[in-house]
Amino acid sequence: MNPTNLKKTALFEEHKKLGGRLIDFGGWELPVQYSGVSDEHLACRTAAGLFDVSHMGEVLVEGGDAERFLYHLVSNDVSKIAIGMAQYSVLCQPDGGIIDDLIVYRRAEEKYLVCVNASNTEKDFAWMKKIHESERFACKLQNVSSDWSQIAIQGPKVEAIVQTLTRTKLSDIKGFRFIEDWIAGVPTITARTGYTGEDGFEIYVPWDEAPKVWCALLEKGAPFGIKPCGLGARDTLRLEVKYPLYGQELTSTTNPLEAGLGWAVKLEKSDFVGRDALIKIKEAGLKRRLVGFEMKGAGIPRTGYKLFDSAGTREIGFVTSGTQSPLTKKAIGIGYVEAPSAGMGNTFQVEIRANRIPAEIVPTPFYKRPS
Amino acid sequence: MNFPANLKYTKDHEWAKVEGNQITIGITDHAQSALGDIVFVELPKIGRELKVGETFGVVESIKAVSDLYAPVTGKVVAVNDATVSEPSLLNRDPHAGAWLIKIELTDPATTANLMEAAKYSAFVETLK
Repeated sequence: MNPTNLKKTALFEEHKKLGGRLIDFGGWELPVQYSGVSDEHLACRTAAGLFDVSHMGEVLVEGGDAERFLYHLVSNDVSKIAIGMAQYSVLCQPDGGIIDDLIVYRRAEEKYLVCVNASNTEKDFAWMKKIHESERFACKLQNVSSDWSQIAIQGPKVEAIVQTLTRTKLSDIKGFRFIEDWIAGVPTITARTGYTGEDGFEIYVPWDEAPKVWCALLEKGAPFGIKPCGLGARDTLRLEVKYPLYGQELTSTTNPLEAGLGWAVKLEKSDFVGRDALIKIKEAGLKRRLVGFEMKGAGIPRTGYKLFDSAGTREIGFVTSGTQSPLTKKAIGIGYVEAPSAGMGNTFQVEIRANRIPAEIVPTPFYKRPS
Repeated sequence: MNFPANLKYTKDHEWAKVEGNQITIGITDHAQSALGDIVFVELPKIGRELKVGETFGVVESIKAVSDLYAPVTGKVVAVNDATVSEPSLLNRDPHAGAWLIKIELTDPATTANLMEAAKYSAFVETLK
């Protein structure tokens, strides 16, 4: 691909100044790392990490039927969230397969912002429009992805850092809550959410104003040990807490129940796209489950590697994500395993090139932040 | 970026130190830098016969797996266990301490494919 065709976030020049190694990430030119994946990962676990996630997509849903539309569209129950609350949810096909996972923010009685995965934005928006037209919901859909930059600041020190830049009392914003206020003199939506397993915020900033907020956070965070983090650390951080990633754990051929997202699927709702199929899937019993495992021999599990039973005779699943944990140095993985073999403590073999290496299903998240 | 003149290089970003019939093989400074934090190395057993271009092992960073290719044809006569037990050595000392294997040449003509340092550094420039 011609690099000039890649989309750039408003922070592109900042990434270059910081020595970020830029790669093509689904059509976006973004840093995979700055100082190194391990170094950035540990900074986020012990102090603070700063991430440019401006590539994420945002859809505004506004109007009298906004709640009814979203209730019908996604798996979780948006009628349960008040203004200022956010909710994780899954966008399903009629057959229960996953189109995307997303977060719904209720900004006003009849106004929601839906944050979706960057690479799925066009697909999701087209799907939303199709559902919208099917019942002529009285609400407006707008793809506002180019209006919003997004900066994530994650780690045990972040509240103190962000507090230096806002008058809002941040300790009042609990998990999955947000406020619309100002940070570093810029109007923002600041949500206590994240994708790392740490405390932290995801901050929506008007597109062009991102450098102002980014630089202020880096400056105020410096005494606390903040580091800019690339896509590499973002992936290892989410893997250690077994947060699923669209394209790996979540695809059109996996359903949210086997992916361990049943908590965000409200089958008792009167209706939503995919509900009937998911009820049938649940009644029939899950065929496979997403598990976390740890290698018991030398080797690192990687996406697509096959899993065999402990006798090595039968294929029982596949790896969706794997790495060496920068924190514990253990080789860890996530994968789908047929239900009868998916019990805690169960052992199996991972096919790594010509070898079969033993592994054991362990409790997840692999990492839990100290409370 | 460091390109020692006493080494020869391949387009797969490996170096080869030619001492008579014995060739020491490693990955280049450019390779370790591009890979990032290296956390796993898999190397062949002593005695294995390798043909030029054949995959002989892997180097893995936190993010990715990279194959290693035999730069010449020959037999493996030594393996660096220090690199296997401490893969991060490849990030710190790729051109010396973190060598990977030594090969005894069985087809000396295959060394003709190797590049001089100046040519390799020019090749790396074209990748930027």
